[in-house]
Amino acid sequence: MSDTELQEKPDLQIDQDQGNFSYPEDYAFDAGTGLTDKTIDYICDAKEDPDWVREFRKKALKVFNEKPLPTHWASKDLENIHFNDFRYYLSKGAKPKRSWDEVPDDVKRTFERLGIPEKERAFLAGVEAQFDSEAAYSNIKKAVAEQGVIFVGSREGLKDHPEIFKKWFGKVIPTADNKFSALNSAVFSGGSFIYVPKGVKVKHPLQAYFRINAENFGQFERTLIIVDEGAEVTYMEGCTAPKFDSVTLHSAVVELVAMKGAKIQYITVQNWSPNVFNLVTKRGLAHEESEIKWIDCNIGSRLTMKYPGVILKGRKARGEVLSIALANNGQHQDTGAKMIHAADETTSNIISKSISIGSGRATYRGLVHIPRHLKGCKNNTECDALLINTESRTDTYPAIVTRGEGNSVQHEASVSKVSAEQIFYMQQRGLSEGQAMSLSVNGFVNDLVRQFPMEYSVELKRLIDLEMEGSVG
Amino acid sequence: MKCALEIKGLKAGIGGTEILHGLNLTIPKGEVHAIMGKNGSGKSTLAKVMAGHPDYEVTGGDVLLDGKTILGLEPDVRAREGLFLAFQYPSEIPGVTIANFMRAALNARRPEGQEIDAVEYYNELYKKMDLLKIDRAFTSRAVNDGFSGGEKKKNEILQMAMLEPKYAVLDETDSGLDIDALKIVAHGVNSLRGPKLGILVITHYQRLLDYIVPDVVHVMVDGRIVKSGPKELALEMEKKGYDWVENLVAA
Repeated sequence: MSDTELQEKPDLQIDQDQGNFSYPEDYAFDAGTGLTDKTIDYICDAKEDPDWVREFRKKALKVFNEKPLPTHWASKDLENIHFNDFRYYLSKGAKPKRSWDEVPDDVKRTFERLGIPEKERAFLAGVEAQFDSEAAYSNIKKAVAEQGVIFVGSREGLKDHPEIFKKWFGKVIPTADNKFSALNSAVFSGGSFIYVPKGVKVKHPLQAYFRINAENFGQFERTLIIVDEGAEVTYMEGCTAPKFDSVTLHSAVVELVAMKGAKIQYITVQNWSPNVFNLVTKRGLAHEESEIKWIDCNIGSRLTMKYPGVILKGRKARGEVLSIALANNGQHQDTGAKMIHAADETTSNIISKSISIGSGRATYRGLVHIPRHLKGCKNNTECDALLINTESRTDTYPAIVTRGEGNSVQHEASVSKVSAEQIFYMQQRGLSEGQAMSLSVNGFVNDLVRQFPMEYSVELKRLIDLEMEGSVG
Repeated sequence: MKCALEIKGLKAGIGGTEILHGLNLTIPKGEVHAIMGKNGSGKSTLAKVMAGHPDYEVTGGDVLLDGKTILGLEPDVRAREGLFLAFQYPSEIPGVTIANFMRAALNARRPEGQEIDAVEYYNELYKKMDLLKIDRAFTSRAVNDGFSGGEKKKNEILQMAMLEPKYAVLDETDSGLDIDALKIVAHGVNSLRGPKLGILVITHYQRLLDYIVPDVVHVMVDGRIVKSGPKELALEMEKKGYDWVENLVAA
């Protein structure tokens, strides 16, 4: 089979069936279409925001309006986002329920179809389930709460725990960091606020699930996780949306703070439908001897731009980004990692694997910065790309700035192909073309996935299978 | 229904060039047939056309598996119908272990939701590996990734043993093997011989046929079978050379 024949197979469509359903809209709060000062006021009133938040939002809106789109380096497809066509706030009420029984039926059914309550019972320490702008459900297991762990939405966080919230909110990612962090700062709603007290090691993961249900909608969750000295937490987020003809915008901001000796593991399982613009800013601040690990898996969406980063602020801090991006036909995964070394003996590790299928395009952008005055810093960067037919495209833009002696940097990159011969070989053993591709892709990510927590690896494998099954005609 | 792999007047080629010019061949179940032929005689084309390689086009004739045509079926359907091809150059599948690959292949033969039980699977796998004298650590390696020529061919035979095809085509299984590797592979094939399996061994050299002794030998010249006979034909071929048959054809 020639490569051209492979890509000319009809209908390289993505199978997003798992998340491709929606229920009729029935919202108590709707900020309407477009984004002005009035929109902000509507959101603040609906959420009963304190004055400092209203002010923060309005300032952010100004910054957003003033900042140009980053199209001088990023995809021109950003110009196809018409910010005035979106609805910025939709909710059935700002307060989440503590029990699934109280959650409105259609919302509950949504999350049941996505398997959330089941997973909660099986292996999670707490769950937050966001439906459009607000969490419909939020609960933390009693034993975990009794250790002093706080796991609530951003709204409750800023209201009920202002002393911790205000100290770090917008500090890791300032409003003006980029156009989309400014947008999020203006209209943020939902997301998680987590605080883990000193020395507390949360055994099971906390999970948030972000679901977009409405059309022409923008989801802007805001997550802030603070893990105090010597404490540990794993946070998992999942995302889906139905397949609409119109464009959906998802623009989150996630800030992590690891105090001395703390460990944070942040895991994303993203399975967006192909109409979603996913433009997310994620960054962690790692104090002395702490560790921040991003495990980031990007499947689906029309365009994803996401570069999780760690600022290694304290001596011996460690940052890690393990990412997998799968760009199917018509999709662009523009992902990467940032490691800002700001103290001696800090280490960072970046392993990025991308898979491009059909006309899918995967771009890796990395930034590793080690200034001259630092000693004993280390970075390892590995980027591997897998192409599944000649039309696919992959680009790597690693920017590694190392100055000074005694710092070491290692960079490896590879590009491989699933050849038509390989597919034929597997088909000759009885696997369908889809199964064969799926197996190749799973093989490609295998060494990385082995480092992930068990539940997550299983979920990821299932998503890859679904995606690959759907990618052949 | 005839229990045989039948090739009837098969015409096929690649890129508009016909390579097989009406080839006839019948391999009854339970027999081992060998095709001998020079490079370029169309041996490998025949193997690929039977397996359904999409680069090749069939322009005439038929291939029947137990009386049913398999032309037009996807390669994986043909495989599940019971046709196995041991590749001359098996592909590498990085990151996928032999054990997982075989398991996926076996599951593809079962109805959805009735995947093979892990214990049952490993029992079967280890049984076959013992039979073929293959070390157990072998199956935790990624399929053909960094394998020597001998290891690749051993892997092909192990897969053949696990998938239990009705008909197996071994395409130049001896190429690139030293004598020790050849003996191991031949031992594997011989231990799978039996009334339920028809085998077609494709080779350039007589050497392999010292170890896998065929019931029938066919000589292929320019896309046709020009002479068939008992196993002694292979030795005669070796002695007299391909020119001898070519002259027979010309005459």
